[in-house]
Amino acid sequence: MSAQDEKNKAAASSPIVIVFFVVGLAVSLLVGWSIFPKLLYSQKKQPIDFSHSIHLDAAGDCESCHYFREDGSFSGIPELSNCVECHEEAQGEDPEEIKLIENYIEPNKEIPWLVYSRQPDCVFFSHAAHVNMGELECKTCHGMIGESDHVEIYEENRITGYSRNIWGKSIGGFKSNTWDRMKMDDCAECHDEHGTRQACFVCHK
Amino acid sequence: MSLGRRGFLQFCLGAGAGITFSPLPWKLMDDSCIWSQTFRGLPIEVPVPPVGEVNIEKSVCTLCPGGCGISVRKVKNRAVKIEGTEGHPINDGGICILGVAGLYQLYGGARVKSPLKRAGNRGEGKWEEISWSAAISEISKKLSQIRRNGSAHTVACISGKDRGTVPQLFKRLLTAYGSPNFISMPSSEDTERLGLKLMQGEDASVGYDLENARYILSFGSGLIDGWGSPVRVFRANSAWREEAVKGLAKVVQIEPRLSNTAAKADQWVPIAPGTEAALALGLAHVIVKERRYNKDFVMNHCFGFEDWTDNSGKVHKGLKRMVLKDYSPDVVSGITGISASKIVAIAREFTRAKRPLAVCGRGKGSTPEGLQEFMAIYALNALVGNINKTGGVRALPEVRTTAWPAVARDAIAKRGMSQPRFDRAGTKAFPVTESLFNQMHTGKGAYALSALLIDGANPYYTAHDKTAVAEALDSIPFIVSFSSHMDETAQHADFILPSHTNLERYEDVPTPAGLNVPIIGLSRPVVDPEYDTKHVGDIVIALGKSTDGIADSFSWDDYESLLKETMGGKWDTLVREGYWKDESYSPAAWSSGFKTPSGRFEFFATGLYKAGIRSNNDNDYLPRYEPVVLEGTSDSYPLVLIPIETTRLADGAVANSPYLTKTVADTVLRNNDIFVEVNPKTAAAYGLSEGTVAMLKTPTGEAKVRAHLYEGVRPGVVAIPTGLGHSAYDDYLSGKGVNANDVIGTVEDPVSGLDIAWGSRASLVSI
Repeated sequence: MSAQDEKNKAAASSPIVIVFFVVGLAVSLLVGWSIFPKLLYSQKKQPIDFSHSIHLDAAGDCESCHYFREDGSFSGIPELSNCVECHEEAQGEDPEEIKLIENYIEPNKEIPWLVYSRQPDCVFFSHAAHVNMGELECKTCHGMIGESDHVEIYEENRITGYSRNIWGKSIGGFKSNTWDRMKMDDCAECHDEHGTRQACFVCHK
Repeated sequence: MSLGRRGFLQFCLGAGAGITFSPLPWKLMDDSCIWSQTFRGLPIEVPVPPVGEVNIEKSVCTLCPGGCGISVRKVKNRAVKIEGTEGHPINDGGICILGVAGLYQLYGGARVKSPLKRAGNRGEGKWEEISWSAAISEISKKLSQIRRNGSAHTVACISGKDRGTVPQLFKRLLTAYGSPNFISMPSSEDTERLGLKLMQGEDASVGYDLENARYILSFGSGLIDGWGSPVRVFRANSAWREEAVKGLAKVVQIEPRLSNTAAKADQWVPIAPGTEAALALGLAHVIVKERRYNKDFVMNHCFGFEDWTDNSGKVHKGLKRMVLKDYSPDVVSGITGISASKIVAIAREFTRAKRPLAVCGRGKGSTPEGLQEFMAIYALNALVGNINKTGGVRALPEVRTTAWPAVARDAIAKRGMSQPRFDRAGTKAFPVTESLFNQMHTGKGAYALSALLIDGANPYYTAHDKTAVAEALDSIPFIVSFSSHMDETAQHADFILPSHTNLERYEDVPTPAGLNVPIIGLSRPVVDPEYDTKHVGDIVIALGKSTDGIADSFSWDDYESLLKETMGGKWDTLVREGYWKDESYSPAAWSSGFKTPSGRFEFFATGLYKAGIRSNNDNDYLPRYEPVVLEGTSDSYPLVLIPIETTRLADGAVANSPYLTKTVADTVLRNNDIFVEVNPKTAAAYGLSEGTVAMLKTPTGEAKVRAHLYEGVRPGVVAIPTGLGHSAYDDYLSGKGVNANDVIGTVEDPVSGLDIAWGSRASLVSI
C-alpha cells in the first residue's frame, strides 16, 4: 500500500467528508419537501372572497345552491342567476359585496370561479350516483368548505393545470381525511370498500 | 474545510439520496403523465364539451333526404350530441352514422364564416370578406343588368333538390326574373318519378311499403347501404331478418358485388353490371309464360299487356309478346350471367311469395337508372298485382301546403320564360324530363349561360366527369354559391353567400324518397348561428327584393314567416311533433282507375307518345333492356368499373365527416391511398396482388389506386368506393383517396336524357 493510498483511505473515512453527504441530503430534502411545492404551484385568488358559512346559515344546506336539476344532473357551482336571486342589489357595504355587484351582477357577467375539485376531462363523475344513490355526504370529498368564512387561495399545478386540492395538499401524498385527496387511487379505494365496480369505463367513458 | 472532489461527490450522493426520499421526482413524473393527457394546441385537439344544464332540441336531419327526426343534446348554446328521436315515424330513435356525426357540419373547420367575394383567379382560393348588404347589392346589380340586356333566360340555378320551400323559392326567383333554367341535381328519384308518371299517371314519388313486404327483390338497391331513407330501411331490414328466421320473409339482392346488403340478404345474385333490366324482363317472361301474374290486375286494370290496336287500326306490341319473344331465360342468362334455372326459380318464388316487392335504384340511388329499366322492374310489381297494395308500391302524393301568391311576371319575365330550357329538358329532345344537369357539361346545352346560382349542390364533386363539369362551369362568367362550407364548387364561385347549416335553420323536409306514407318534417334551428351566415331563403328573398322588376313576387318579411304561412294549419303540429303525417292517406283502389291516358296502369307508356316522342318502334314505349354503352373499347379498357356506395362514406353534396372516414377498413383507405376491389382471378390475370399500386384508367380519367383482392366482386369488374377524394374542405377531408366521379363518364338515357352511367370501362395496370 502506497503512501498516497493511505492518505486517501484516511480522508474517505474522515467524519468531515460525511458532513458533505449529510449537507447534500439535508439540502435536497429541503428542496424536495419545501421549496419544490412552492415552485410547483402558482397561487390564484378567487374573483370574490366568498363566505360559505354566511350562505350556509342563510340558505340552510349545501343543496340550496348546489342542487340537482330535474333531469338528475348536478348544477355544480351556481351561476350568476342564482346569485342574483338574493344579490340583485348590494346587501351591506362589504367591499366584496360591492365587487360582486359592480363587476358581475351589473354587467351580467358570469363569475369565473376557480374550482378546487375540478377533475380532468377524461374523468366522468356523477354527483347523482354518489350523493343520491351512494348517499355520500358532501364533506366526504369536499371537506369542511361549507363552514369556511373565506375562500382559500387556489393553487394551480403549473404542469398539469389542476387544482392542488385534487392531489398535493400534502406534498407527500399522505392523507388523514377522505377529502385530502381526490385522485384516481382515492376513488378506487372507496369503490373497493363499497364493492363498486372497478372497471375503467365506470369513470373513463 | 474545503469541499474538494471527494467532498463534492459525497454531497451529490447525499443530495441524490435525499431527493429520492422527497416527493420531487415522483410528483414530477406523475404530473408529467397528467400533462401529457391534456395536450392542447396540437393539430388534433380533443373537444371538451362545456359543463352546464343540458337541454334537448328536436329537429329533422337534412344531411340526406331521409328526413329522420333528431334530438340534439345541448349544453347552453353548444350542441354536444345528436340522437334519433324516439317515436319518430321514420327512424324511431335510430340514427345513421352521418347523422350522429352531424355536429361536424356545424363546428367543422371548413365553414364559410362570412360573405366572400373572389379576389384572385377562380379556384385560387383568394377571397375578400364583404358585408351582406354589399354582397346582395352587387349580385342583384349584376342580375338586374343581365335582365335589362334581354338575357334573363341565361341565368340558371342548380339546386340539390327540387321539392320543398327552398327550391321553390329559387324557382320563383327565376320565374319572376324570366328564366326557365332551374336545374336539380339528378338522382334515381328523377327516373322513378318519370316512370310513375308514365305508368300510373301521377306526379308523385314511388312509395315502397317495405315494412309490410315479405319477399324483397332488390335490383342493386343498397337497402342497408344508404338507399332511400336509410334508418327506416335498416329497421325494415331488421324486421325481415326476424321474419326470415321463421321462413316468413326473404331478401334477394341482385348486384355484381357482395355489398353489405348482399351479404345480409338471404340470396345474392351476382349479376353482370348494368343488366338488371334484362333480368327483370327474364323474370317477367317466366311469370307470363307460366301464367303466374295477377289476372285480376293485369286483365282488368292494365294497358299494354296484350297487343293492342290504335285508332288508325295499327296493331301495337304488348308486354306479353315482347317478353315472350325477346327475354327467354336462356337469352337473359347470356346477358346477365345468371343461369336460366335460377331465373325460373326466382320468378316462381317471387309470384308464390306473400307480398312480394321489386325495388330499384342502384346503391344509394344517387345515379338515375334508365327509364325503361325502371319500367321493367316496376312492371314486376304490376304483374304480381302489388300496385297500391299493402307490402307493395304506391304513388305517393306531396303533402298539400298553402299555395303562394302567383308570381308577378312582367314583359321581360314572360319573354324569358317562353325561351326553351338551355338543357333541352321539356323540349322535343327530352319531352318528359324536367331538368338535365348533365346536358350542361356534355356540351349540348341550347345556349350559353351568363350567371349561375348554386345551392345545396356540389357538382364539381358529385357529377360524373370532373374535367367536363369544370370546363362547363368555368365558362359561366358569374357564379354565386350559397354553400355553408368551402366545398369544391364554392371554391370556383365568384361570390359565396354562406347559408346557415342544417342545425341553424328552419326548413321543411318533404316526404323522403321511397317512404310509404306522405309526411312533412320540420328542421329547426337548435343553436344560434356560429358565424355571420344567413338562411338561404332569406338571401333569395333579399335578392328578389333588390333585383329590378321582380320585388312584387317577394313580399314576405323573411323565410320563417314564409314557411309558417306555407305550412298553415300544420305549423303547430310541426313545431310540437317535428313532423306532420297524413294519417288519412291510403293508396287509391284499383277500381278508381289510374290517371294515365288509358285510365289504366300502362305497361305501354302511351304518355311518351303524347309527350312528343314520335318513334314508330313499339319497343321504345315498353319496359326494355337497352345496354348502356359505356365509353371506350374493350381492347383498351378490358375491365368494368363500378362504384361502391356505403353509409360509412357520404358521397353527396353534404360531404363526409372525418369521423366517418375513420370507420372504414384499411382495405378501403390506408393513409391517403384508396383501394379498388378486384376479384383474385382478375388480379392474377393482371399481375396484381393485395396492396399493389396500380393506375386505374378510364376514358374519363386516371387515378393511382391500390388493389384489394376480394372474391365478392365479379371477375372482370373493378369496384371503387365513393365519397373519398375531396380536394376542398379541411385537412381531414381533402386529399384522402380518389373521387370515383372523376373516373366515371356520362352516358345519356335515350328517352329521359338523364346521365345513367352506372360505371365505366377501365384498365388497371400495376406501376
